[in-house]
Amino acid sequence: MIYRETGQFKSSYASDQAIFPIVQDRVLVLLGIAAAFVVPPLVANEYWLQAVLIPLLIYALAAIGLNLLTGYAGQVSLGTGGFMAVGAYAAFKFATSFPQLNIVVVFLLSGLIAAAVGLVFGVPSLRIKGFYLAVATLAAQFFLVWLFNKVPWFVNYASSGTITAPTRTLLGVMVTGPQASAEARYVLALGLVAVFALVAKNLVRGRVGRSWMAIRDRDIAAEIIGVRPLRTKLLAFGISSFYCGVAGAEFVFLYLGSAETQAFDINLSFLVLFMVIIGGLGSVLGSFLGAGFIVLVPIFLTNAPHLIGLPLPVALQKQIELMVFGALIIFFLIVEPNGLARLWQISKEKLRLWPFPH
Amino acid sequence: MKRASALLTGLLALALVLGPLTGVVTAQSQGIFIPLLVYRTGPYAPSGIPIANGFVDYFTLLNERDGGINGVKIVWEECETQYDTKQGVECYERLKGKSPVLVNPYSTGITYQLVPKAPVDKVVVFSMGYGMTAAADGRWFPWVFSFPTTYWSQASAVIRYMGQQEGGLEKLKGKKIVHIFHNSPYGKEANPTLEELARKYGFELTLLAVDHPGQEQKATWLQVRRLNPDWIFMSGWGVMNQVAVKEAAATGIKMDHFIGNWWSANDSDVVPAGEGAKGYKGATFHAPGTNFKVFQEIVKTVYDKGKGAGKKEEMGAPLYNRGIVNAMLAAEAIRTAMGKYGNKVLTSEQVRWGFENLNLTEARLDQMGMKGFTHPIKVTCEDHEGNGPVLIQQWDGKKWSIVSEWLAPMREVVRPKLEAAAVEEGKKLNYTQRDCAKEK
Repeated sequence: MIYRETGQFKSSYASDQAIFPIVQDRVLVLLGIAAAFVVPPLVANEYWLQAVLIPLLIYALAAIGLNLLTGYAGQVSLGTGGFMAVGAYAAFKFATSFPQLNIVVVFLLSGLIAAAVGLVFGVPSLRIKGFYLAVATLAAQFFLVWLFNKVPWFVNYASSGTITAPTRTLLGVMVTGPQASAEARYVLALGLVAVFALVAKNLVRGRVGRSWMAIRDRDIAAEIIGVRPLRTKLLAFGISSFYCGVAGAEFVFLYLGSAETQAFDINLSFLVLFMVIIGGLGSVLGSFLGAGFIVLVPIFLTNAPHLIGLPLPVALQKQIELMVFGALIIFFLIVEPNGLARLWQISKEKLRLWPFPH
Repeated sequence: MKRASALLTGLLALALVLGPLTGVVTAQSQGIFIPLLVYRTGPYAPSGIPIANGFVDYFTLLNERDGGINGVKIVWEECETQYDTKQGVECYERLKGKSPVLVNPYSTGITYQLVPKAPVDKVVVFSMGYGMTAAADGRWFPWVFSFPTTYWSQASAVIRYMGQQEGGLEKLKGKKIVHIFHNSPYGKEANPTLEELARKYGFELTLLAVDHPGQEQKATWLQVRRLNPDWIFMSGWGVMNQVAVKEAAATGIKMDHFIGNWWSANDSDVVPAGEGAKGYKGATFHAPGTNFKVFQEIVKTVYDKGKGAGKKEEMGAPLYNRGIVNAMLAAEAIRTAMGKYGNKVLTSEQVRWGFENLNLTEARLDQMGMKGFTHPIKVTCEDHEGNGPVLIQQWDGKKWSIVSEWLAPMREVVRPKLEAAAVEEGKKLNYTQRDCAKEK
């Protein structure tokens, strides 16, 4: 009834090619974004922003990056944590070496460095496929983390090997460092993820995305119709690593404040991969849903016993949380193997027929 | 299928909406609130459980026996971090809403997260014998306390002990000393001091890193065997310790020349190696065992009433006792603050004053049934580490016993480096040095 496209005629190519061709979608998304910018900074307390929403946005950005590579171009990668580490350490080096540099520029530059590293580690993808490629990218993960642990130059010779985000302002507002308010950091993270999600959405709708999908679906067929595998795969690695790099930089600068290499260990790579799989391979929206699932569900499970007044010992609670979380992942994958994004699509289709399904 | 996906959508919506909602803290607690960041699960649980139990038992003792600190109840809440920095931050943010007066991060990684936040959130970070060594300079880091001593002091005291055993510090010249460390900010802390001492005393220092979580150390011990060092010092944690002790025993290292730091010398670290662990040494700043009056009181008021956090037999393990010491120091600091501000629920600023003016005397220790259990300590505005001395304990196959007298750290080496590091770290955070002459 509400969600019906009757009467919406597309009279130009531009309206036919819009990201959200249906007016209701467009309104909903715009309202959603506006609400995301306005509501949480006004109503959320610091716990929400700092421990829930900021990591969610950053993980979503990393998941978009991995989704471009794995979901759209079909190249499995376990190097996400490593590429995020490149972004983080590059951002630290840029920010400390050039203190006057705008923080957004620092993020973009560190994304570029990560993209370059991603290109290097993407080269083997021309020869190796599937699980074997996953193992090759695993090498990137371990090598990069080892490198940052080994070479003290990356941490400015700090004896503890920890990188700390220096204090930086953006448009006169402090956005990094311990004194920066959670609201400012949230808005910056949201702004970046919104822009990059838009870019990603447009990328995958255009020529680049189509050639990625062609490679993913059948690389030989793609090659025959004129898609160059070398360029296409490397581009996917480069752009994906760029996203991961920016996410890594934000991870330290906007979320943790200071970090060691352990924050970027293999678990992070798996976490982002799970987000992509649970959210939906080949879907930008899925990256957000997956990140939401992975970030929010454990927090909910941790807090749930308190909520219903069940004083469990913390150790037991943690074990239960892990078990329930694992069971939920399996449950979701069985019920909807295509991820949460597909679920959203189904409910949208249902909504179109509502209230008179046939 | 339809129902399943309806259920699914419902579940998801519920989780998405309720997830963060549940984090909102409700009622203000009655009493002094102390959050405990613990790790009772994961690869660091062998180390995390006894500490957490010691903590809780001591607080229970105070609440049950004296009705809290000077009659003001202590309220605490545990939060599981799995020794993971991200989870630790989540815990801290969640419990921050309950206006805690102090936080014990029990992880150097988490301490590094909390140090910059401490002055902003006005929460005392009490990293007892761990964390950022540079933060022990109270002029730069007023909110961070690491007494009774720091990793740097410990490293220098251990080197002093090695020197004593060799017959004088000058005999260390040309000796080979290996430092095996957990490849994290924690493990790396001692390195600069050891390097400095290597230059000063002319011993040959080799630094060997073990990556988290430390279950795989074959390569490290192969290197150790090749080097054939005179002394081994280890900064390990969690499962890494027992693996190292087992490997050392299998490699045929002289166990009495293998010294763990105070996080690497617990019962759980040596028992798995069985007979092989005999002779293994560890640093500490308090006695092991239950041969002190305070333990009888804990048994009487806590365990006999079924309120113990762990098993009675596990009391007296070094890490359990460390939990007791930590809880006692925190309680005494709060008591000091109450001496000035009165017996009520204090603010974190007042508790900070208590920490800074803590003067734990031998007489007070005796009063608490802790005579000889740990060393008296005096904290000042400049010195947040108290420069406490260190003991060496040895495992005889059944229990730990102290084998050295109190070893003073080499303050003349450590303090200048510490002050220089404090300036550097303080500048990174845009701090300014406060004038301690103006503090009261």
